[in-house]
Amino acid sequence: MAEATETKISATNTAPAGKRPVIVQVRDLVVRYGEATILDSVSFEIYQGEIFAILGGSGCGKSTLLRQLMGLEKPAAGNVLIDGDDITAAEGDEQEKILRKIGILFQSGALFGSMTVAENISLRLLEYSDLPQAMIDVIIRMKLSMVGLDNVEDEMPSELSGGMKKRAALARAMAMDPRILFCDEPSSGLDPIGAAELDNLLIQLNRSLGVTIVVVTHDLASISAVAHRAIMLDKSVKNIIAEGKPLDLKEHSDNPLVKNFFNRMAESGVNLKTKSGKEK
Amino acid sequence: MSLDDSHLPERTISLAGRLSLTDATTLHEDLLNGVTSDAFESLKLNLSGIEYFDSSAMAVVFDIERTTKAAGKKFELTGLTEAVKGLLTLVDREKLTAPSAAKKPKPERILAQLGGGALSFLADTKAFIVFVGDAAGAMAGSFVNPRSIRWRDTLFYAERAGADALPLVGLVSLLLGLILGFQALMQLKQFGANIYAADLVGLSVVCELGPLMTCILVAGRSGSAFAAEIGTMKVNEEVDALVTMGFDPVRFLAVPRMLALTLVVPVLIVYSGFLGLLGGLIVGVGMGDLTVSGYLLESQKTIQLWDIGQGLIKGETYAVVVGLVGCMRGFQARGSAASVGQSTTSAVVTAIFLIIIVDAVLTLMFQYFGRG
Repeated sequence: MAEATETKISATNTAPAGKRPVIVQVRDLVVRYGEATILDSVSFEIYQGEIFAILGGSGCGKSTLLRQLMGLEKPAAGNVLIDGDDITAAEGDEQEKILRKIGILFQSGALFGSMTVAENISLRLLEYSDLPQAMIDVIIRMKLSMVGLDNVEDEMPSELSGGMKKRAALARAMAMDPRILFCDEPSSGLDPIGAAELDNLLIQLNRSLGVTIVVVTHDLASISAVAHRAIMLDKSVKNIIAEGKPLDLKEHSDNPLVKNFFNRMAESGVNLKTKSGKEK
Repeated sequence: MSLDDSHLPERTISLAGRLSLTDATTLHEDLLNGVTSDAFESLKLNLSGIEYFDSSAMAVVFDIERTTKAAGKKFELTGLTEAVKGLLTLVDREKLTAPSAAKKPKPERILAQLGGGALSFLADTKAFIVFVGDAAGAMAGSFVNPRSIRWRDTLFYAERAGADALPLVGLVSLLLGLILGFQALMQLKQFGANIYAADLVGLSVVCELGPLMTCILVAGRSGSAFAAEIGTMKVNEEVDALVTMGFDPVRFLAVPRMLALTLVVPVLIVYSGFLGLLGGLIVGVGMGDLTVSGYLLESQKTIQLWDIGQGLIKGETYAVVVGLVGCMRGFQARGSAASVGQSTTSAVVTAIFLIIIVDAVLTLMFQYFGRG
C-alpha cells in the first residue's frame, strides 16, 4: 500500500472543475416502515465524478437512504434515478442493467465467507462476461493491486484482518468498473491509519477512474478529507437540513444541529471545558 | 485495431474507440493472433485512439504484455490517454506483467491428503474428548449447585426439543410400526404365524428402532439447532463476551441444552414406542386377521420391563451424544457464516455416526450382561 500512504490527505478534497452531469437524482423520496416515516420527501442530486457524503446522527435515516439508492428497498413514494434510470421501478433485466453501474462497499465488507477472496471478486465477472479464466485472474490481481493487497487471492475472508477485509470488499465492489461506488461507513472498525489509507484509496479511485463515490459516514476526519459535497439528514424533520461543501457546513452553517455535528458537541449544549478553554 | 508491419522487426498495433468488458474477449483473441507471429522482435501497443478503457481491457493489455515478454520480445505502451494513465497509477504494472504472475496452485499429493485427513481426525477426536471432560465437569458442578443451572433456558430447550418434536416423532414412529408390521406379516402369514408379528414389531420398536429413530430425529432437529445457535454466538463474539464476564460458556450454554435433551428424550422414546406399537396393531388387525386384545396380549407377554429399560438406557445415551456433539460443533465454529453451516452439518453427521457406534456397543453389552 506504498502508493496510498505516500499520498497526503489534504484538509479538503477539491471537486473536479466544470459543470458536470447529474448521475444520481433523488426526487421526493418517502420511506416508511409500517406506520413510522423515516424519510419524508427527500430530494437531492449527485454529480458525476464527485465524492458525496450523506451525514447525520444515529437514526436519521442515512442507511435507509443508502439502501434506497442501492435499490435494496422500494420507497413509499418518490424515485431514485441512477444515470437516468429509475432504480425504484426497475425489475428484472432493467434492474440488472442499473446494478451493473454500481458497486457497493458494505459496512462489514460482506465478503462471502465460503469463498476465497479471488472468488468473491470474480463472482460478477464470471456471471456477466465470457472472459477466459486467465483474463479474470489478471483482473483479480489488478483489483487487489489497486487496493494495495498482494497474494491474498486464495485466502478466505476469515483469514484477513479488518482492514484487509475492507480493501478486499472494495476490490470486489470495483470488479465491474462501476460508475458509482456506494460506501456504507467505510472507516468503521478501522484504526486511524487504516481509515486514512482507505480515504486515500477512495480519493485515488475517484481521481484516477472518475468514479462517483457516495459515502455514508460519521467520521468527521473522513468527511473533511474525502467529500466534495455533503448533505446532512435529521430525524426530527426526516429530511435534509443542510447541503454543501463540508468545510462550509462546518464553519458557516447557522443550524445548531449541523454545528454540533461538525464540532462534536453534545445536543444539550453540555460540553466539558478545561480552564484553558480546551475541550475535554 | 490496426497493424503496422512496415518497420519489421518492430510491430505496432493501434487500438481505438471504446474498449470494455463486452469487447474484452474478442480483443484478447485478436491481439493474441497478432502477437504470436515470430516475424517481429518488438511490439508497440498504441492506445492514443482510446475513448473509453476499463479494467478488463487493461487486463487484456497486461496479458499481451506478459505473453510478449515471455516470448523474449520487447513491449512498449504508447499514446497513453488520461483514462489509461489513471488506471495505471492504481496498479503495479511490473508485477502484473511479470512472466511468473500467472501462477498455478500445485495439486496436493494423495499421501499428503491422507495424512492431513488422519491428523484432522485425530485432532477432532482429541477435541471431542476434551469437550466431554469440560461438559462432565460443568454438569457435575451444576448438580452440586442446582441453583446455578439456568432452569428457564433448560425448560425452553426442553419444550423445543420435546413438545415441538411430538408430531414428527409420532408420525415417523407410527409409520415405522406400520412398515415393520406389514413386512413381518408378509413373511409370517406363509406359516400361519400372524400373531408373532406383534412380538417382532414390539421388540424392534421398544428395544431398537424406537430409540434409534427418535434420537436421529432429535439430532436433526435439536443437535443442528444447538450447533447453529452456539456457532452464531461464537462468530459474533458473544461467547467471548460470556468468558470476559466471568461465565463458563460450557456451563452457560451447553449444560441447559444437554440437560433439556436428557429430560425429554426418554419421554419421546416412550411416546415413540406406543405409536410404533399402534402402527403394528393397525396392520395386524387390518391385514393379519388378529384381534385387538390378542395383539395387545401377545405384545404384553413379549415385551418385558428390561426391554423398555434397555430402550431407555440406549435413548438416554444417544441424547447425551446428540447434546455433546451439537454443542461441541457450535463451539468449534470460527469466523464466518460458512463455518456455522459446516458446524451444523457436522453436528448432525457426527451425532448419527456416534449413535450407530454407541448402539452397536450397547447392544453387545446387553447381550452379554442382560437380556439382549
